[in-house]
Amino acid sequence: MTGALLLRGMIVGVIAGLCAYVFAFIFGEPQVDLAIAFQTAVSGGADEGLPAVSRQTQAGIGLAVGLVGYGAAVGGIFALVFALTYGRLCAVRARGMAALLGLAAFVSTALVPQLKYPANPPAVGLAETIAARTTLFFLMLVLSVICMAVTVLIARRLWRERGGWSASIIAGTVFFGLTATSFLALPSVNEMPPGFDPAVLWNFRVSSLGIHVVLWLILGLGFGAVAERLLEGRQVRRPAAV
Amino acid sequence: MTPALATDVAVAPLPAREVLPWALFGILMLAFAIYFVGAEQGASAVVQGDMIHEFMHDGRHLLGFPCH
Repeated sequence: MTGALLLRGMIVGVIAGLCAYVFAFIFGEPQVDLAIAFQTAVSGGADEGLPAVSRQTQAGIGLAVGLVGYGAAVGGIFALVFALTYGRLCAVRARGMAALLGLAAFVSTALVPQLKYPANPPAVGLAETIAARTTLFFLMLVLSVICMAVTVLIARRLWRERGGWSASIIAGTVFFGLTATSFLALPSVNEMPPGFDPAVLWNFRVSSLGIHVVLWLILGLGFGAVAERLLEGRQVRRPAAV
Repeated sequence: MTPALATDVAVAPLPAREVLPWALFGILMLAFAIYFVGAEQGASAVVQGDMIHEFMHDGRHLLGFPCH
């Protein structure tokens, strides 16, 4: 059963990645092009030699492979986490469980890490700090996922004694406190080159978050529908079918 | 549980003995895939050169990974 769930998670992930690619191509690529135009203008038109991969390939098949690969990978991990938590965390059925997990995954793997270390277009960020920035980004990602896991476990523990309302408020406050503390503890990065259009930066970052919204909406809702058929298919009676 | 989430369908967990080997191996493999999409030939490199970095360039920027 786990294998079947994993395969389905990866397939839904591929579909989510394709949809994210369409979104990214429409909303994200214009901002990438503007950022590269700025970079070229600043360097006085002198390019850093022939690029190994053309811009057309980067924005087309490269972007598609990147997003579909990411979608398949997170879809697979999502399915495995679903297999571990379904029926264990709470008595929610497959579709509800997948939607809740998808929301938690979006908040902890995209929203929170990007609030601390937002996505940067080309030309923003110094080449010599890439190692530190990469370490900090993945550290923030791991911390944020741990914060979410702790929050869910606290909510689960309090749910029965205190009721859903209080349990959610307490767990939500814990999540806010933990993430705010990690934001304070980790150093900030601000490597904006002078003269870079703030509107391009904003639009780029919003489209980056939008890509994650598209990915997780399709994964959370799509995988839930697929998992329901697999796990509860014989028990579920749709009103129309009765 | 709130009524909206209440269930009359049995929500039976999958046996942990069946899930755990899949979860361990799968998450390890898939984390490696995310590394190749998000970070290979950036701060660290398994494969020499910059072809993977350049090919994944736009996806990395737009997914929010530090690219270069």
